[in-house]
Amino acid sequence: MKLLNVSGSPHVHSDESTQKIMWRVNLALVPTLIVGIAFFGLNALLISLISVASCVLFQWLIEKFIMKTPSSVKDGSAVVTGLLLAFNVPASREMMWLVIIGALVAIGIGKMSFGGLGKNPFNPALVGRVFMLISFPVQMTTWPKPGENLFSMVSVPTTDATTGATPLGMLKEGGFGAAGDVWDYFIGHMGGSLGEVSALAILIGAIYLLCRKVISWHIPVAFIGTAFVFSGILWLCNPLHTEMVNGVESLVGFIDPLTTILTGGIMLGACFMATDMVTSPMSKVGQLIFGCGCGLLTIIIRNWGQYPEGVSFAILLMNSVTPLINRWCKPKRFAN
Amino acid sequence: MNEIWTAVLVLSITGALFAVVLYIVAQKFKVIEDPLIDEIAEVLPGANCGGCGKAGCRAMAEAFVKQGNMEGLSCPAGGAEVAKKVAALLGCVPEEKEPQVAVLRCNGSCANATAKTHYDGLQDCTFANSLYTGESGCVFGCLGLGNCTRACQFDALSIDPETGLPVVDEEKCVACGACVKACPRGLIELRNKGMKNRRVYVACRNKEKGADARKSCTAACIGCGKCQKTCPFGAITVENNLAYIDYNICKMCRKCVAECPTGAIHAVNFPPKVERPAAPADAPKAAETAAAGSSQSNETTNA
Amino acid sequence: MKTFAMGGVHPEENKISTAAAIEEFPLPQTAVILMNQHLGAPATPCVAKGDKVKVGQLIGKAEAFMCANVHSPFSGTVTKIDSCKDAFGLSKPAIYINVEGDEWEESIDRTPDIKRECTLEPKQIVDKLKEMGIVGLGGATFPAHIKYSIAPDKKAEYLIINAVECEPYLTSDHRVMMEHAEEICIGVSILRKALGVPNAYIGIENNKPEPIAVMKAMAAKFEGIIVEPLKVKYPQGAEKQLINAITGRRVPSGKLPIDVGCVVSNVGTTYAVYEAVQKNKPLLENILTVTGKKLAQQHNYHVRFGVSYNDIIKHAMGSLPETTGKVISGGPMMGKAVSNLDAPTTKGASSVLVIDESEAVRAEESNCIRCGKCMNACPMGLEPYLFSALVKNRRIEEAGAHNILDCIECGCCFFSCPANKPLLDEIRLGKNLYRGILMAKKK
Repeated sequence: MKLLNVSGSPHVHSDESTQKIMWRVNLALVPTLIVGIAFFGLNALLISLISVASCVLFQWLIEKFIMKTPSSVKDGSAVVTGLLLAFNVPASREMMWLVIIGALVAIGIGKMSFGGLGKNPFNPALVGRVFMLISFPVQMTTWPKPGENLFSMVSVPTTDATTGATPLGMLKEGGFGAAGDVWDYFIGHMGGSLGEVSALAILIGAIYLLCRKVISWHIPVAFIGTAFVFSGILWLCNPLHTEMVNGVESLVGFIDPLTTILTGGIMLGACFMATDMVTSPMSKVGQLIFGCGCGLLTIIIRNWGQYPEGVSFAILLMNSVTPLINRWCKPKRFAN
Repeated sequence: MNEIWTAVLVLSITGALFAVVLYIVAQKFKVIEDPLIDEIAEVLPGANCGGCGKAGCRAMAEAFVKQGNMEGLSCPAGGAEVAKKVAALLGCVPEEKEPQVAVLRCNGSCANATAKTHYDGLQDCTFANSLYTGESGCVFGCLGLGNCTRACQFDALSIDPETGLPVVDEEKCVACGACVKACPRGLIELRNKGMKNRRVYVACRNKEKGADARKSCTAACIGCGKCQKTCPFGAITVENNLAYIDYNICKMCRKCVAECPTGAIHAVNFPPKVERPAAPADAPKAAETAAAGSSQSNETTNA
Repeated sequence: MKTFAMGGVHPEENKISTAAAIEEFPLPQTAVILMNQHLGAPATPCVAKGDKVKVGQLIGKAEAFMCANVHSPFSGTVTKIDSCKDAFGLSKPAIYINVEGDEWEESIDRTPDIKRECTLEPKQIVDKLKEMGIVGLGGATFPAHIKYSIAPDKKAEYLIINAVECEPYLTSDHRVMMEHAEEICIGVSILRKALGVPNAYIGIENNKPEPIAVMKAMAAKFEGIIVEPLKVKYPQGAEKQLINAITGRRVPSGKLPIDVGCVVSNVGTTYAVYEAVQKNKPLLENILTVTGKKLAQQHNYHVRFGVSYNDIIKHAMGSLPETTGKVISGGPMMGKAVSNLDAPTTKGASSVLVIDESEAVRAEESNCIRCGKCMNACPMGLEPYLFSALVKNRRIEEAGAHNILDCIECGCCFFSCPANKPLLDEIRLGKNLYRGILMAKKK
C-alpha cells in the first residue's frame, strides 16, 4: 500500500480554482465577442484570435525563456487578457498587426514583469490598450462603422471603407449627430471599440459572472451608478444644446446620463475590467470606493480631459490606489 | 523687461527664504553621529546575517563604537580578518577565536530513515515540526524542508536531492549561526573547524531508547555507550540514550568511529585509511567510514 | 433561522453514516491507555506492572490543576508502564493492559434503567465530573470540572449544548441524539443545575431534521431546555460562532465564553455527564464514526479508548482500501491526519475518516489572485491572504498586529482558496512564532 498522506487541516477543498475562475470569465466574454463579430464582421473575429494567440504565446515564451518557470498558460488568464485587449481596440484592418504589439506590452510589461498572474498592480489589457492609444493615436481612433444589418457578414469589405466615429468622439469634436437612439446604444449599434458597443451582451456576461460568484455587484454598480449620478447632475445643470460660440453654431453642455453610461467603455470597463480580482480591492467597502472612483474619474476625463473617453485611464488610476484602499478598508473583525 | 526682473526677484527671494528655513531645520534636527560608525560599517561584511545577535551590520558597528572595544562582540561572518580591521579602527587588540563551521547532527537520509508517511503541507520545518514527527517518524531528525537553507545568507547550505538532508559548503560557511537558530529541531551545531578541517561528531540527536530510535532510522545513535568506553580521552558523554563528542577534548583518533554499531559517528576530511584486517562484523563499517573520510561532502554518506 | 454573523463556507456534507446505529465495539486483546488524553498535564499512573485492573478502575490520577483522571476501560493485567507513540508519532506516557474478560467495578450501575432524579448539589456535581475524568468530547478535550467551576466574579447566563456537528462526514452526535435523547436531556439538566442557569439551548443544524424532532419532543418534557435549529453553515460548531448564533453575543479577542456569560458543552459530553453522575460510570468510551466514501459499510461504534486505530480499521473494513490517501481523526475540516495507525484512540477521538487519494492530495499551489475569498469566508473577520504573505516573509509582529491570534483555525480560508495556498498552515506557523515572541517579551 502507498504511504498515508499527512498534512494540516482542512483535508478537503472546495472545487474552486484559478483556472475555473478564468475560464468562466472567458465564457462570460463570449456574448460580447459574438455581437462584435455581428457588427464589425470577420475583422472582429480575426483581431480577437490574433490578440488571444499572441497573448498566450508571449506568456509562454516569457515563462519558458526569461522566467524559466513552469508554464501557466493553462490557467486561461492570458486568454482573458487577449480577449479584453481585442475588445478595447477598433475593429479595423490595421489592428490585426497593431494588436500584437499591444499584446506584448500587456503581457510583457503589464503582467509578467511583475511576476505573472496575481502580482500585477495594473490591469494588463488596459496597460496594452493605453500604450497603443498613446503610440498609435490615429489608428486607435479610426472607427469602422458597424454593419448596417445585424449579423451581416457580407458587410465586411465595406466596414473598413467607411470610418464612423463614436458618439463620444463626435461630441468632443463639437459635431452633431451624437444624439442617437438610446435603444441603438443599448444593443450596440454605434461606432466604438470591438467589444464595448453592446451593453446588452456585456450585461448577459456580467450576470453570468455574478451568478457564478466570480464577481460581486459592488464594483459595477458603484462604477455605473456614480457615472450616472455625476453625469446626471452635470446634465441637469447644463444640458446639451447648440449655442453660437465665436460666431459658429456649436454643441455645448453635457450629455444625458443614460447616453453617458451606454456609450463608450463604461459598461465593458465596469463589468469586466474594473472587476479584475488582481487589481481591485478585496473588501466590499473597498470595492464600492474603487467603483465610485472609477465612475468619477471617467466622467471628469470625458468632460474636461483631452480624450473623448476616459474609462481606461480611470481604471488604471484607481488600480494604483488599490493597495491603499486594501490597507484602509479592513474587514470588520468578529471579536471587536 | 520689467517682467523679467520681477521673475528674477521673486525667485531670488523665495530661494533665499528656503535656504534660511533649511538651514534652521538642519541645525535644529542635527543628528550627531560618530564618523567611526560609518567606517566600521564599511569594514563589516554587510550581509546583515544577524550572526552577531544585532539587527544588522550597521547596528553592530554602532555597538562597537558605543563599547569602544571588542569585548563580547564578534562578527562570525567576517572572521579574523574583519576582526583585525575593526580592531585597528577601534584601537584595540582583536579577540582570538577558533574558526568554526556548521555541522548537521542528523544522518536521517532517505535511505537511512525511510519515509513512513508522505508530508503534503506547507514546506516549512517549523510548521511540520509542530504538526507531527515528520515523514521518517523520528521526532528528532531532519525534516528536510529547508528552513536552514533559506536562513543562510552566504549560500553555504543546500538540500541534497538524494539524501534529502542539507549539505554545508565548508568554503562558504562563516559560522554565523543563522541556520542554528532556524532549525526547529536544533540539529545544526557550530563546531571548531579543527586541524586540517577534520572533525569527528555524532550525526544524531535521537534521545529515544535504542529500539525505538532504530525503528525510525537505521543510522541513529542508540546510546549503547561503546564509544564512551572506547574513547581514551573521555571526550564522549552518553546522556538520555545519546552520545555527544566534545570538540574541545576530542583528539580525533577515530576509535569511536570504528566502534559505533550504527555508523552514527562521522569522521570527515580524513585521508583514506589503510585497511587493516578486522573482525568480519566491523569490516564493512570501517571500510565505509574510510570512504566517508575520503569524500569531500561526507556529511551525506550513509553509514 | 439563526446563524453566526460573518463568513463561513458550505463544504459537501457527506453524512453517509447517519443511518448506521451505534454498535458495541468488541474487546481487543491488548490495549494502551495514554496518560494525557486531555488538554493539560498528563495524569500520573497509580497502578504498577502486574496489577489486575477492573473496568472503571482509576489508573491515572490527576495531580496538576489542568488535568483529568484516567480510568481503565478494560479489565486485565497491567503489562508495563512506559511511553507509547500517539497517532501523530509523539511519545506519551502510557499504561499497557493485557485484556482479560470484562469485569466491571461494582460501584458502576450497568442496568439499562434511566435514572431521572439528581439529588447532588452543584459543588458535588463538579466534584463528580472531576472524579469520573470527564473531558469535553467536542475535540478540545478540556477537563469538564474546570469548565464548570465558574470563578466567583463571573456569572453564567447561558448553557449552550453544541449538537451542531457542522463537520462533514461525522455522525456520532446525530446518532447519540437519536438513541439517547432522554439521557442527554437529563445530562443537560444536571449541567444546568451545576451552573445555576435558567435555560439551556441545544443548537442543532437544520440538516438534521430527525434529531431535531426527537430532541424537541424530549426537551418538551424537561424544564428549561430549548432546542434551537440553526441555518447550515460551517463552522457553526466553533464555540465563538455558536455563542454568536444563539445569543448574538461575541466573545472578545483573547477572552473565554464565560466572559460573555456563556458555557458551551458538546452533546456527547452531556451523555457522558449523565452516565457519570447518575450511573457512576467514568469516561471510558466515546462514539466513533468510521466512515469514508470508498468504504462498503459505514459504522458508528461505542469504542472504549485504548483500542488501536488498526484494530478499528480491521474490524470495520478488514483493511484500508487500496486507494486510501489519508486517515483522519476527527472531521475533514479540523481533524488531524493520523500518521501512526498503531496508536491507541483517546478520549478526544470522534471518528476514523478514510479519505480517498483523489481527495487527499493537495492541488498544486499557484499565485494569490487577490480574489478575497479567504477574507469573505473567514468567520473571525480576518485577512488570511495577508497573514500568508507576512508569515512567508517572517514579519510576525505585523501579523500579530493584524490579530493573527484571533484565528480559530477552522480552515475556511484554505477550503475556499482558488490558488490552493496552504493559508491555514501559514497562519498556524505565524501563531506559533508570534506566541514565541510574546513569551520572550514577557520574560
